[in-house]
Amino acid sequence: MLNDIFIAPFADMIAAPDFLLQVLWEGLVSGILYALIALGLVLIFRSSRIFNFAQGIMVVFAALTLVGLYQMGLPAWVSVAATLAVMFALAWSIERVVLRPLVGQPDIILFMATIGITLFLIGFGEIIFGGETKQMITAELGIPTGSITLEPWGGLLILEEKDITIVIVAGLLVAGLLAFLGKTRMGRAIRALGDDHQAAMSVGISLQTIWVLVWFIAGMIALVTGVAWGARAGVSFALEVIAYKALPVLMLGGLESISGAIIGGLMIGMLEKLFEIYWGQPLLGGNTETWFAFVLALIVLLFRPQGLFGEKIIERV
Amino acid sequence: MNALAGNYTTADGRKIGGVMMEMKNITLKFGGVTAISDISFDIHEGEIRAIIGPNGAGKSSMLNVISGFYHPQEGEVWFRGKKRPPMKPYEVARQGVARTFQNIALFDGMSTLDNIMTGRLTHMKAPMWRQALWWGGAEAEEVVNRRQVEKIIDFLEIQHIRKTPVGRLPYGLKKRVELARALAAEPKLLLLDEPMAGMNVEEKEDMSRFILDVNDEFGTTIALIEHDMGVVMDLSDRVVVMDYGRKIGDGTPDEVRKNQDVIDAYLGVEH
Ligand SMILES: Nc1ncnc2c1ncn2[C@@H]1O[C@H](COP(=O)(O)OP(=O)(O)O)[C@@H](O)[C@H]1O
Ligand SMILES: [Mg+2]
Repeated sequence: MLNDIFIAPFADMIAAPDFLLQVLWEGLVSGILYALIALGLVLIFRSSRIFNFAQGIMVVFAALTLVGLYQMGLPAWVSVAATLAVMFALAWSIERVVLRPLVGQPDIILFMATIGITLFLIGFGEIIFGGETKQMITAELGIPTGSITLEPWGGLLILEEKDITIVIVAGLLVAGLLAFLGKTRMGRAIRALGDDHQAAMSVGISLQTIWVLVWFIAGMIALVTGVAWGARAGVSFALEVIAYKALPVLMLGGLESISGAIIGGLMIGMLEKLFEIYWGQPLLGGNTETWFAFVLALIVLLFRPQGLFGEKIIERV
Repeated sequence: MNALAGNYTTADGRKIGGVMMEMKNITLKFGGVTAISDISFDIHEGEIRAIIGPNGAGKSSMLNVISGFYHPQEGEVWFRGKKRPPMKPYEVARQGVARTFQNIALFDGMSTLDNIMTGRLTHMKAPMWRQALWWGGAEAEEVVNRRQVEKIIDFLEIQHIRKTPVGRLPYGLKKRVELARALAAEPKLLLLDEPMAGMNVEEKEDMSRFILDVNDEFGTTIALIEHDMGVVMDLSDRVVVMDYGRKIGDGTPDEVRKNQDVIDAYLGVEH
């Protein structure tokens, strides 16, 4: 038993490093999507103190809109642009109809409002696009669907071109967001707004503009995630659960840390895959990916209450 | 000398320009509480204008009206000869009005340098994609902004805390960083809500010197709220006195000091 837990898995890893690489790669692909979603949640939380329960449904809604528009006869890339426009309209409406009237209400009210947004989007999405599973327009978007075979150490490593595309696009999006947050006027404003609303307003930052912007960024992220995940599993309301994978990421990385979201996402993606393959399947009958991340996050929090990357903030009284 | 008539010269020989900001018959209510009751006064270009009065007199409320945080039920705000429509705080900031808060409002997670840099936000004009790519005019603009920020850091003598997260700074330095951030905007009008509250004598002297220097070197118009009568009399060109939301005095420090209503209002108050 001890051997199965502490020795055998590592022996397997060393014996077949090509397979270990394969597992880590699969984990990385999921991880980068978790990181993206967590990033969207962090941005919204930092700028408006709202935990956006609707992030998951926004993934579904974006993917459904994209496929739906394509089926209505728009060219694939025009559909992408139109979907982005829809996500912008959504961000604008949420700011106008939900956030603005509720500003100053307790955080929990705003949280509940995002549950309302979720339910609304589910209903609205079903009315317009129907409830059945749809095929993602992967090939139509020019995403290659073949695979590349490598032979590290004389072994075998298969990389799906689809996954490579996901990693590249998501990586570019993350890099773009970081550049945006670090260097642009709006990015700095988003970071500032997270710290103090009054101060932010006094230096010329418009809360409303920033809110629309971060919700739009969350919408953009939702679209990329929706395409990526939809390409693997089809587009249905079940896709929503991918957003809940971001929860343990946030527990680890903290609700306000941008680097925490990215590193936490990648870590969880890879660790949950490793655990599933080397411990979960042989010892627990598999299917551990649904809960492993949460357990991992809880254990980490037990030892580091401020999360992995959180700074211990000592309030001055 | 009649200060209200327009341009004038101060006792120490500074030339004060025409009216920059004029508050006309401002009334501000919170439910049943009347924080400001039918108050009018003006602020001239280049002037240091103080607002004084006991606690709860409505001074902060007045500053909040000027900076767009509060919107009066009645009255008009005129800025540089134009009537100002109701504006949000960020719009007022973009007009060149910067401020500090009675209860310091800083970005605690950011360093002193980054905090002050946010004061430059209204000066960042390059298109966003250029800023993100660090390209075209964006880099040059950033250099100019940095230089301005460094100038202010030198001016306020806070080089040693440039990289420190402001959440860790002692109170007096926080106040100074907040002033630095406001100055970074190169404001036409600077609003200071009790810039010296809670400071010791030495810190107060430093702050007084900074305020005078800002006014003198950059020609910045300043409106400030202060409790310490001695400080107010030393610093300001003209003083508005408020009590229970009403204006009970307005004039040079000497005029105000002799005003019987003002003397009465301050009797029994802790000064
Ligand atoms: N946001 C607010 N909501 C309700 N009442 C307020 C608010 N701001 C100020 N007041 C009230 O207005 C009055 C004046 O307050 P304030 O302007 O802070 O006075 P001062 O700065 O002169 O001490 C007080 O009675 C205060 O309680
Ligand atoms: Mg006050």
